[in-house]
Amino acid sequence: MRGLVFDIAHLLAGSLVLISFVMLYQDRLYALLNVFAVHALVLAMSVTWQAYVQNAPHLYVTAAIALIFKALIIPVGLHRIIRQLGIHRDIETAVGIGPTMLAGMGLVALSLMLMLRVTAEADPLAREDIAFALSIVLLGLLMMVTRRNAVSQVVGFMSLENGLILAATAAKGMPLVVEISVAFSVLIAFIVIGVFLFRIRERFDSVDDSALDDYRGERQ
Amino acid sequence: MTASFINPVAAVLIIPATAAVLLVLMPGYRLTARLNVLASLMTFAAALTLFVTERPTPGTYVLIDDLNIVFIALNTFVGFTASLFSASYIGHELESGRLTPVYLRFYHAMYQIMMFGMNLAFVSNNIGLMWVAVEVATLTTVLMVGIYRTHEALEAAWKYFILGSVGIALALFGTILVYMTARPVIGEGSDAMVWTVLVTRAVAFDPALLNVAFVFLLLGYGTKVGLAPLHAWLPDAHAEGPTPISAVLSGLLLNVALYVLLRFKILMTANPAALAPGPLMVLMGLASLIFAAFMLYRRRDIKRLFAYSSIEHMGIIVFAFGMGGPLANFAGLLHMVMHSLTKSAIFYAVGHVAQIKGTQRIADIRGLTESHPALGWGLVIGVAAIAGLPPFGIFMSEFLVVSSTFAREPLLAVPLAFGLLIAFGALLLRLTGVAFGKPLGSTAPVAASYVPLYAHLALVLMAGIYLPPPLVAWFRHIAILLG
Repeated sequence: MRGLVFDIAHLLAGSLVLISFVMLYQDRLYALLNVFAVHALVLAMSVTWQAYVQNAPHLYVTAAIALIFKALIIPVGLHRIIRQLGIHRDIETAVGIGPTMLAGMGLVALSLMLMLRVTAEADPLAREDIAFALSIVLLGLLMMVTRRNAVSQVVGFMSLENGLILAATAAKGMPLVVEISVAFSVLIAFIVIGVFLFRIRERFDSVDDSALDDYRGERQ
Repeated sequence: MTASFINPVAAVLIIPATAAVLLVLMPGYRLTARLNVLASLMTFAAALTLFVTERPTPGTYVLIDDLNIVFIALNTFVGFTASLFSASYIGHELESGRLTPVYLRFYHAMYQIMMFGMNLAFVSNNIGLMWVAVEVATLTTVLMVGIYRTHEALEAAWKYFILGSVGIALALFGTILVYMTARPVIGEGSDAMVWTVLVTRAVAFDPALLNVAFVFLLLGYGTKVGLAPLHAWLPDAHAEGPTPISAVLSGLLLNVALYVLLRFKILMTANPAALAPGPLMVLMGLASLIFAAFMLYRRRDIKRLFAYSSIEHMGIIVFAFGMGGPLANFAGLLHMVMHSLTKSAIFYAVGHVAQIKGTQRIADIRGLTESHPALGWGLVIGVAAIAGLPPFGIFMSEFLVVSSTFAREPLLAVPLAFGLLIAFGALLLRLTGVAFGKPLGSTAPVAASYVPLYAHLALVLMAGIYLPPPLVAWFRHIAILLG
C-alpha cells in the first residue's frame, strides 16, 4: 500500500513537470490555454490525492479551487479575452523553441540536483514533490521570460503558482495552505482583470508587452 | 486585564480595516479625505500606546517586540503625514480632472487597506501570515500606481505587478522550505510556522535546506525591497502613481519587505551551521548602491530621480544590516528611519512642484527657490539631507555605516564610500538646476500643505543634532537583538 501511495503521488507530480514542458513549446494561445487547463486539472488530482493520503480534509478545498477556478473559469475567461482582442494567432517567442527546451531541461536537472541533495533526510514523498515543484516553478519563470505576449506571461505565472501549491501540499501538515491558495486566486483574478481592463480602456494597441517597453520616461 | 494589552495591537489593525469599509461607503471627497486623515491619526495614536502598554505574550499569530514597535510607530507616523499631504494633493488632482470622485473613493479605501496590510505584516508572528500581509499591501499599491489610467501608469502598474508576483512566488517557496526544515524538529502544524518558535529551535534545523530557503526568501522579498538586479519595477511605480503613493512606497513599503528579511536573517543566524546571511546582503546592498548612484546622473524625470535614490538608500541599509554587529545594525536602523522621513518629505515637496509646473521633467523645472520659496527651500533642505550633508540625521547614520565598515572591512568601505560620493554629486547637480536660477514655467501661488514636509525635515534635523538617550538605548538594544 505504501508503494502505491508513493507511486500515484509521484506519477501526478511528474506529469505536472511534463505538462509544463508541453506548455513551453505551444506557439498558439488557444492551445496554450488548453494545456494549462490540463495542468490545473492534474494539480487538482494531485492535491486530492495528498488530501486523501494525509487525511487532511482542508486540502480538498484547495483541490476544488484548482479545479473550478484554474481549470475552468480562468481558461474560459482568457479564451474570451483572446477572442475579443483578436490575438488568437501565433505567440511571438522571444527565444526559439529548441533553446527554450534545452534551458528547461537544464533547469529541471538543476532543481532535482539541488533539492534532492539538500532534502536527503526528509521523507521521500515530500522530497520528490518539492523537487518537482521547484522544477515547475523554474519552468514557469522560464516561460515568463521567453514569452512577450502578456496573456502567455500570465499563463506562465499561473503554472509557476501551480508548482507552489504542489510544494505547499507536499509539505505535510503545513498550515494556511488553503488561505494561501485563496490569496493566490485573488492575485490571479486581479491579473486577468488587469489584462482585460488594459484593452477595455484601449490604452494599448496590443497586449504585447514589448510595446510596454517603449515608454521609460528617459528617452526624450 | 486581558483587554488592556490586546487593544493596541488590535487597534492598529481594526482602525484601518474599518476605515476602509467606511471610505468605500461615504460620498464626497472632502469628507473622505478628512476621515482618511483621522483614521491614520488614530492608528498612529494606537501605535504609540504600544510603547507603554504591557506586551502580549507571543502567540500563534501575533508578536510584539522591541524591533517591530519601532517599525509600526514609523509606519503609522508616515502614514499619517502622508494622508495629510494626500488631502491637499488630491484636491488639485480633482480640479485638473486627472482623478474623478469615484476613483478617489477607491483611492482612500485602498490607502487604508494598504496600511492594514503593512501593520499586519509587522505584528504577525507567523511566517505564512506575514507573506499574505505583504501580498495584500503590494496588491493595493499596484492598484494605486495604475489609478491615473494613462498609458504610462498602466505600464508601470503592469511591470510592478509581474515583477512583484514573481517576488511573491519566490518568497512563498522560501516560506514553504522553512516549514519543511522545521517540521522534523518542531512537528506538524502551525507551530512550525511561528517565528518565535522557529528561532528558539533553529539550532536543530537542517542547515542545507535552510540555506536554500534563505536564498529564495532573499530574492523574493529582495524584489520588494528594490535591491538590484530586481529593482526594475521601482522607478516606474514611483514615477507614474500619485505622489502620496510614491512617498508611502519609498518611505514604508520598502521597509515592510526589509523587516521581513530581517526576521529571516535572525532565524539564519540562530543556526550556526547555516550559511551566514551577511555576505549575501552586503553584496546585494553594495550592488544596489553603486548601480543606483550611477543611474542618478541620467534621470530626466524628477520622481524617477528620487526613486533611484531610494534604491541607493535601501542598498546602504541592507549593506549595514548585512555587516551586522551592534554598531552597523544601529547605523542601519537609524538610516532606515531617517531615510523614511526624508524621502517622504521630498516626495511631499515634489508632488506640489509637479502640480504647479504641470510636468515632472527636471529640465522644465527651474528656480523654485525664487518662484515658490517655501516649497523650494523645503526641497533644497530635503535633498541636502538625503545627499548626506551635515547636520542632518542621514549624515550621521551614513557616517556610522562608513566608519564601522572601515574599522572592520576596509576593503568594503572603499566601494561604499565611492558609491555614496557618486550619488552625492548627482543629487546636488540636479538640485542646483531645479532650485536656483531663473524661474521657469508657472509661478502661480500654491495651496500646499507645508506641515508634513517641515515636520519631517525638523525631525531629521533634530536627529542629526541630538538623539534622545532613550531612543539611543532602544536602538542599541535592537541592534544587539539583530546580531
